[in-house]
Amino acid sequence: MKNNLIKALTSKITFWSSVAAVIVAAGLYSTFLRFTQGLGGVTNLNDAFPWGLWIGFDILCGVGLAAGGFTICAVTHIFNIEKFKPLTRPAILTAFLGYVMVIVALMYDLGRPWAIWHAIIMWNTHSVMFEVAWCVMLYTTVLFLEFSPIMLERFRMKKTLRVLRMALIPIMIAGILLSTLHQSSLGSLYLIVPNKMHPLWWSMLLPVFFFLSAVSVGFAMVIFESYLSAKAFNHGLKLPLLSQIAGVMSVVLVVNLAAKFIDMAYTGDLPYLSVMGPETYLFYLEILIGTLIPVAILSVRKYRASNKWLYIAAVLTVAGFVLNRMNVSVTSLEASSSVPYFPTIYEISITLMLVVLGMWAFKFIVRNFPVFEAHEEQPKIIVDAKAFRESGWAMQNK
Amino acid sequence: MAKQLGLLFDVTMCVGCGACYEACKAQNELPKTNDEPLKDHLSSETYTVVEQYGDVYTRKMCMHCTDPTCVSVCPVGAFEKTALGPVLYDADKCIGCRYCMQACPHRIPRYEWSSMNPRVRKCSMCYERVKEGLPTACAEVCPTGATQFGELDELIAIAKKRIEDNPDTYYPHIYGLEEAGGTNVLVLSPVPFEQLGYTANLPNKPLPTYTMAALDKIPSVVGIGGVFLAGMFWLTKRKNEIAQEEQKTNGNNSHEK
Ligand code: SF4
Ligand code: SF4
Ligand code: SF4
Repeated sequence: MKNNLIKALTSKITFWSSVAAVIVAAGLYSTFLRFTQGLGGVTNLNDAFPWGLWIGFDILCGVGLAAGGFTICAVTHIFNIEKFKPLTRPAILTAFLGYVMVIVALMYDLGRPWAIWHAIIMWNTHSVMFEVAWCVMLYTTVLFLEFSPIMLERFRMKKTLRVLRMALIPIMIAGILLSTLHQSSLGSLYLIVPNKMHPLWWSMLLPVFFFLSAVSVGFAMVIFESYLSAKAFNHGLKLPLLSQIAGVMSVVLVVNLAAKFIDMAYTGDLPYLSVMGPETYLFYLEILIGTLIPVAILSVRKYRASNKWLYIAAVLTVAGFVLNRMNVSVTSLEASSSVPYFPTIYEISITLMLVVLGMWAFKFIVRNFPVFEAHEEQPKIIVDAKAFRESGWAMQNK
Repeated sequence: MAKQLGLLFDVTMCVGCGACYEACKAQNELPKTNDEPLKDHLSSETYTVVEQYGDVYTRKMCMHCTDPTCVSVCPVGAFEKTALGPVLYDADKCIGCRYCMQACPHRIPRYEWSSMNPRVRKCSMCYERVKEGLPTACAEVCPTGATQFGELDELIAIAKKRIEDNPDTYYPHIYGLEEAGGTNVLVLSPVPFEQLGYTANLPNKPLPTYTMAALDKIPSVVGIGGVFLAGMFWLTKRKNEIAQEEQKTNGNNSHEK
């Protein structure tokens, strides 16, 4: 057992794990700077551009990529479509880790992180940020409760498990409501800057767009992770399930795009589409890689039945989503702020570190807890020798 | 309610002496930040500036909005619109999310970026002075009366009369009367306001109404959503159970045959 462990560890010193180690080292150094030099010392933020990469990526994307947690819960536990149950746990795990990342990122971004608890006692119900803060707090708790059965199973705590199982449905309903509010409220944050934001992105429907794009990217993340997990641990999810999820995802993507254009036609913003400039190009790019190409791929039945193409469509959807959030939070505000913003190497390294830590945590938990449920009927397909070794190790560890 | 206080700034009367700039620094005990006051800009150590645009001068400072965006967006209520009009900030509440800076339509709040205990900084309309009945420090020192302190109603009347009496001198608009729901600081100018660096594309309704439109929907989302989800859960579960029972009985039937 011990020998195996050492072997597994040494065989893991690959290119990517060294890259990850470098990223984490750089991130830790930047963390040190952040908490000794202040925000001004490590970020390119300034009075004209007070929100940057950490809000745009770590917070907006972090929350969005966690959306699989509530959409899949709704499908499996509220609509009781049993066959999707194997998707629940990986989705909840992603969501939980996503929210933890958001909270950690907030600690970097807030000027006075030690005062964050003020939001609990000092209320301003007119503030969208107040709503966001409460949703983060409550939903992280909900996700923890939703995820805890997995740990309890692992440690065989049957009694606690039974109590929790009874409360699970109300917890899940609360989780879905909180997520709906939270995903959309991140869009509402920007409703208050109609005069600063580029009209290609500003709309009274921002909360709706944020919600819809979160739903689609939540599905994309499930496909994405399932593929990677199949490669690495040899326990992914069944292809027909993923194809169906991908189908729903395309529908939501199309609905979101249609809503966007109808809204633009209605408010008379369509002419902006032909004003050429960096904003317009990025707007087209966002739609192209995030909606049009994935939907085109998924419209072909052959591709929909292929793990690889599903994965490609999912990756594109995620990339388009990230671009959308960065466009809303950075691109659309740059022109009116009159200063260009680009994150510093420190901001970037902290963001990358959080992503790497999140992936490590995901790997660790998947390997040690029954996340991808063991009782899959499908015969396990060995992807390659390395994955085989690892899966052997993971099973022995069980 | 007490009468609202305000400031009227008249670009046509400003000679660019920078006395208000110096007085504000002194009043708020702020360090010197620039050798040439007219070249300075707002910062965490400068709450007002005098800017030169060709041969006219204008001032920038917090507008003390009637329905302030900063008050509405702060999650912990660190901003307050006082009954007298000045909009105040309380560093003890602030968590440093900088939403106030992101949201302020006039781009006023400034941040202590290099501090380890950063605060948001801006003009307070000399609240400590005006609540005692004194004028603001900047208005007190203004040699020409370009910056005038007083009750808001009276200032509005004065501004209107100036435009009426001298239609050739003034651009026919009082900046601050309607912008984003109005402000307690009013500006008169000989040229359109966007030429002086003021935000000209503001809607007339207060910006907080935009977010309230979304926030107002929360109770119905929670109420209707909750009932819908619980209902769906019950329905689909029941459906599954019936399907299962049917399967069982069907199975039994075929067995008996
Ligand atoms: S100008 Fe900005 S900082 Fe001043 S009261 Fe209005 S919203 Fe607040
Ligand atoms: S930075 Fe401080 S004052 Fe400004 S919105 Fe955030 S908590 Fe409120
Ligand atoms: S009112 Fe007071 S704080 Fe504001 S600009 Fe004038 S002197 Fe400075």
